[in-house]
Amino acid sequence: MHALTLPHSSHYDEMLLSSGAVRPHYQGFAEWLQAQTPEALSRKREEANQRFHRVGITFSVYGDESGAERLIPFDTIPRIVPAAEWRALEAGMRQRVKALNAFLHDIYHDHAIVKAGIIPAEQVFTNAQYQPAMQGIDLPDQIYAHITGVDIIRHADGQYYVLEDNLRVPSGVSYMLENRKMMMRLFPELFARHAVGVVDQYPALLLSTLRQASRIDNPTVVVLTPGHYNSAYFEHAFLAQQMGVELVEGRDLFVRDDHVYMRTTAGHKQVDVIYRRIDDAFLDPLAFRPDSMLGVPGLLSAYRQGNVILANAIGTGVADDKSIYPYVPEMIRFYLGEEPLLNNVPTWQCRKPEDLQYVLEHLDELVVKEVHGAGGYGMLIGPVASEEEKQLFRDKLATDPAGYIAQPTLCLSSCPTFVEAGIAPRHLDLRPFVLSSGKDITMVPGGLTRVALKAGSLVVNSSQGGGTKDTWVLED
Amino acid sequence: MMLSRTADHLFWMGRYMERAENLARLLEVSHAISLMPRSHNGGAEISAPLALTGRLDDFQSRHDHTEPAQVLHYMAYDLTNPASILSALRSARENAHAVRGKISSDMWMSLNASWLEGRKLAEQGEDFQLFFDWVKERAHLFRGAAYSTMRRSDAFYFLRLGTFLERADNTARLLDVKSHLLPDQQSADSTDYYTWSTLLRGLGAFEAYHETYRDTLNGKRVFDLLLLREDMPRSLRACFDEIRQALAQIQGDNGRPARRLATELNAALEFTAMDEVFDEGMHPFLRRMLGEINRLGESIQRAYLEAA
Repeated sequence: MHALTLPHSSHYDEMLLSSGAVRPHYQGFAEWLQAQTPEALSRKREEANQRFHRVGITFSVYGDESGAERLIPFDTIPRIVPAAEWRALEAGMRQRVKALNAFLHDIYHDHAIVKAGIIPAEQVFTNAQYQPAMQGIDLPDQIYAHITGVDIIRHADGQYYVLEDNLRVPSGVSYMLENRKMMMRLFPELFARHAVGVVDQYPALLLSTLRQASRIDNPTVVVLTPGHYNSAYFEHAFLAQQMGVELVEGRDLFVRDDHVYMRTTAGHKQVDVIYRRIDDAFLDPLAFRPDSMLGVPGLLSAYRQGNVILANAIGTGVADDKSIYPYVPEMIRFYLGEEPLLNNVPTWQCRKPEDLQYVLEHLDELVVKEVHGAGGYGMLIGPVASEEEKQLFRDKLATDPAGYIAQPTLCLSSCPTFVEAGIAPRHLDLRPFVLSSGKDITMVPGGLTRVALKAGSLVVNSSQGGGTKDTWVLED
Repeated sequence: MMLSRTADHLFWMGRYMERAENLARLLEVSHAISLMPRSHNGGAEISAPLALTGRLDDFQSRHDHTEPAQVLHYMAYDLTNPASILSALRSARENAHAVRGKISSDMWMSLNASWLEGRKLAEQGEDFQLFFDWVKERAHLFRGAAYSTMRRSDAFYFLRLGTFLERADNTARLLDVKSHLLPDQQSADSTDYYTWSTLLRGLGAFEAYHETYRDTLNGKRVFDLLLLREDMPRSLRACFDEIRQALAQIQGDNGRPARRLATELNAALEFTAMDEVFDEGMHPFLRRMLGEINRLGESIQRAYLEAA
């Protein structure tokens, strides 16, 4: 018998009702779980740790002397998504990513959405992520974000909400794939009992998306990494290896006559598509940060000439900025003439005086976020914040209101998770990866489920001690 | 075809691992010879590894005397000495990490473990002789893993290139240091016997010598064995032959100057007799060879590895 802590009724649990009753799509798993002894499962978790450790040693070694590696904790209870829910999510993400790409094309061309008065000009053009160099550049099929990570949560009302869109260099897909591999290795019998949607084809889909991004027939694709001291190097190396393309660093590439080449043992080879895992600011020291050693001098010029494709495009950050986020539903209506299928979290924009006043009056209930913050840093969670923290944010809001937005405190759904004292509910989110090409928008059924391992914590980021779970999308 | 940087990492991974092994062999030999009872020049013997690796000035700036234990520690365990065995193990592993996707996991595991365990042995202050034996074993293990798990593609050949270029360089240097011991006439002096047998044992060539010559040890034959014999895996000739073969396998036309040079060197040694070497003088000959090895390295660098 497992020591099980039941979820509180204040939030939604993916598996259990607060009475302890099991939701239908978890029935099969719950039966299987009851048949396992805690000792056997504990051994399996140990096996998983050891195996990740070994692979972790292989991949996640950071630059430090000791050769230490950091592992993201893996939980062996999967997050299971019913087929119908996934279909709705998938349709919603397609719509959303389509609108975001249309928005990016628009703001780097005719600015129709600004002219129509839907988004204020200063919100777009004074945004630090807006790249004037992109104005007027025509990209193949008008695709800017080839790869999008959509962060989704489920609130206490049982509804899914999009928390944010990641249109720059979203990471984590390698964990989605490795987690599945691990679960199939540890518990093959579970996959015989459940029709779990397959995710293994992601690298193949990614490669085909990257190839279609180019106007030429048989393009040479590479993955551009900041190097093996980067914390996501494992993922860069993994994806390059899985796709069978070269993993390059900035110094492996050079630009001549506005074409990009890589230096190989058999001479120079032209590069047509760069899946870059480097931020805009570091891509080209001639155009952006002059001190960047990671990029390729002249890359922007070659890009502007249309001689190389970058995935994602330069300047996509303006569309996933927290100050633009509140307008995504409007974008969907404006560009697609459709009603949004996925919920946006209601957002107060502190740059608006009436919103600011509301936020200051309701600081106890709200989450206040820096517009340009990421990774769970620089935010205030009202209900759990100390008076000092709240005062700090009152001061911040007074000096720079436009730098902040506020949202209601969402109660992320939970899922039973192995903890020291048995099994207890822990909060989680979901990041599926959406691939866009001129032909279609594709995604594998699933994504990266991140879980906050501290009891009651809503911060799932791995930099803040979050873990991951395998994500099962059930087939009908 | 592969990225020049990838080839560069593979090449240096091979060089550093080979260097670690050769350093262990060199230190072993110097240490043993310095212990010789009638050694009139034990101090010079033990400082030979320092001179050979260009670390004499640095060592002397840190120490007033040349104590064998200090030299061995500095050359084996000291990470602040870039020419130490442990530094070589670290560099080999760093190069491997940068091309993790291009080598087999057996190779990676072996290199990673060598670095991690080596560091532990250094911290414990492991007995030097045991450490040298361990280093040789790790080098054998790594080469075995490479040989039996790596696909025969450019990656494999760049690794071989690094390995044998380093070995050619190390063999030539080691012989050069001993060339002053060569007598004009055959000598039965027991000091010499001890010197030559130590050298041969250090290079794992003691048995091969007796099998080849079936005669007492003499310096000329030792040099013949380690310079010109194509069937001796550590001889200069064998190294050139391996380099020539590896270069011939690598795709593309970039490396023609390097290939020509390797072929010429191999042919030159093939048709050289020991008497001619002695006519030229052992030291001048070896200096010339070291120059050629250097040229070959530069040529490989320019053709394949360099950021062109």
